[in-house]
Amino acid sequence: MAIINNKSPEKDRRKFIKTAGFITGGIVLTSALKPFKIMVFAAKEPEGEGPWYGIGIDIEKCIGCGNCASSCKQENDVPEEPFYFRSWVEKYTIMENEEVIVQAPNGGIDGFDQDVENEDIMKSFFVPKMCNHCHKSPCVQVCPVGATFDSPDGVVLVDQEYCIGCRYCIQACPYGCRYIHPEKKVVDKCTLCYHRIVKGLPPACMDVCPTGARIFGDLRDKKGDLHKFIKKHNCHVLKSHLNTGSKLYYNGLNQEVR
Amino acid sequence: MDHVAHLYEALSKVDGFIYPNEIELSWSILIVLYPYITGLVAGAFILASLNRVFNVKALKPTYHLSLLTALAFLLIATMPLINHLGHPGRFYELMITPNPTSAMAIFGFVYVWYLMVVLLLEIWFDYRKDLVIWSNEKKGIMKWVYKILTLGVMDISPKALKWDEKLGYIITVIGIPSAFLLHGYVGFIFGSVKANPWWSSVMMPVIFLFSAMVSGIALVMFVYMVVNYLRKQKIDMLCLDTIAKYLFYVIILDFTLEALDQIHRIYEAEESFEIISLLVSGKLNFTLIIMQVFIGMIIPLLALGFMQFYKPKENVRKFIYFIISLLVLIGIFFMRWNVVIGGQLFSKSFYGFTHFKLQLIGSEGFLMGLVWLIVPFLILAGLLWLLPPWKKSHTEESSN
Repeated sequence: MAIINNKSPEKDRRKFIKTAGFITGGIVLTSALKPFKIMVFAAKEPEGEGPWYGIGIDIEKCIGCGNCASSCKQENDVPEEPFYFRSWVEKYTIMENEEVIVQAPNGGIDGFDQDVENEDIMKSFFVPKMCNHCHKSPCVQVCPVGATFDSPDGVVLVDQEYCIGCRYCIQACPYGCRYIHPEKKVVDKCTLCYHRIVKGLPPACMDVCPTGARIFGDLRDKKGDLHKFIKKHNCHVLKSHLNTGSKLYYNGLNQEVR
Repeated sequence: MDHVAHLYEALSKVDGFIYPNEIELSWSILIVLYPYITGLVAGAFILASLNRVFNVKALKPTYHLSLLTALAFLLIATMPLINHLGHPGRFYELMITPNPTSAMAIFGFVYVWYLMVVLLLEIWFDYRKDLVIWSNEKKGIMKWVYKILTLGVMDISPKALKWDEKLGYIITVIGIPSAFLLHGYVGFIFGSVKANPWWSSVMMPVIFLFSAMVSGIALVMFVYMVVNYLRKQKIDMLCLDTIAKYLFYVIILDFTLEALDQIHRIYEAEESFEIISLLVSGKLNFTLIIMQVFIGMIIPLLALGFMQFYKPKENVRKFIYFIISLLVLIGIFFMRWNVVIGGQLFSKSFYGFTHFKLQLIGSEGFLMGLVWLIVPFLILAGLLWLLPPWKKSHTEESSN
């Protein structure tokens, strides 16, 4: 057999082991410096102290009464016309023929009608919606003047004295949670009833929910109700592929829900 | 109740399901005009730089006209934007407290850079000698107007003029990437909205840029013909043919890029594909298929392509060029319309469509939009009166 290479196989092997050793060692060393963490939740809480709020919604408990939506309007001076909502309820009806019907007449405040036959329905459920208080909010990212911002406790707020009314944030929100206030001409959205939670009260929508379908709490508190809720149930966030770091966790979310 | 009457009408015409806050379109005709107008600016400037930097001599008759057209449109480019704000009085916050992560916040700086550093300076260097001459020749108030415009720099020695030429050239060179930045950037404002699949595309800035060139070149072609008609001057056919040739090339590029974007969408057929195909075949059928593609692209492309091989008589050619420039201008307007309005017609739930009817009056109405389209032409008329390119002295031709 002709010898093509005058290097001995022994030398080659040694070189390979050496290189492989360096690479493996390097990887181990770098991981030790900055360990790779698998994200358990959609949004990992930042370092810091104090509460970091999130929301849990138990779809199975929602009866579609619309109390949350109407109490939100009363509490927060949201215009009553059916085009402005900080919080609303959607009804999903998935038919036996797999057709999906979604409704939210007046945000669910006046209740829901059923105009299809019972036997044609495969399943039907309500999905309460509100601001997802995203950790990596597209709305905060795009606001040209910084009028929309993250509070240290994880609530996305708007400084209405500062908002110029350009509506870029409305375009950026994937969940349709923002509107222009017709009188104030600035953007308006759910504040998680910030004026209430700082006093230790729950947000209005959670206070009035007769079935306790909505929970809010501190994601840093590992013994808190919200943490327990996320631990106990198989929770999902809306549009997770957009990587908004949503902190609104739904139990029993169907994939048809957008 | 009156201010929401049109929303109740829209509510009754909602198709399928939309999020309850989505009934009203956030961005209307004024935001259609914003990319349209900035596009015209960038395109007209790029045509001017073809003459100066790339030395396309045939375009010389339109060089100053292109610059003044770009300036006339740039001066009002921000007006539709400010006009549409909920609080127009707070617009200066954009400049003094910009949010660095916001694409829109950076626009103010790109705009100021383009206006102050590129366009005004270039025009000033170009006209400085004439301003000095005119300030000596004219009498009364105009003498003072020209004197002020010279900014006190009255030196027109050959050495100083050489410097004007050199600096003007450098600014044009800087101006080309700036024009690309200005409009590519407007595309980014839309292309970076990940919540909206009709906008969110890496192609958006590039498509905006090329469509800007298409519209800007068509605008200069149109303005050149109209100005010469009004001044009863003969049109330089070589110049017009050359503009048409560049228009043809740029339309091909623009068409290819836009087609690529659509083919990519169709082939990947992501989650949003169904709602977008319903949008294109339904609500945007007329404005996209007929106005943007057929009227604004296919017809001009065929006509210009045909004329690359066969040149009809001058008068026929002039007529065809005039019609083509109008068709292209209309087509690109609808391209902006389809992006801005089209992107808001479907719900982000992908389950339905809202209804939009352009109001005739009001701050977001058709007439207001028309005003912002007419004003730049009036400004251009004023600029041409103040700085007539045909009265410039021709001793020191810009030869670069």
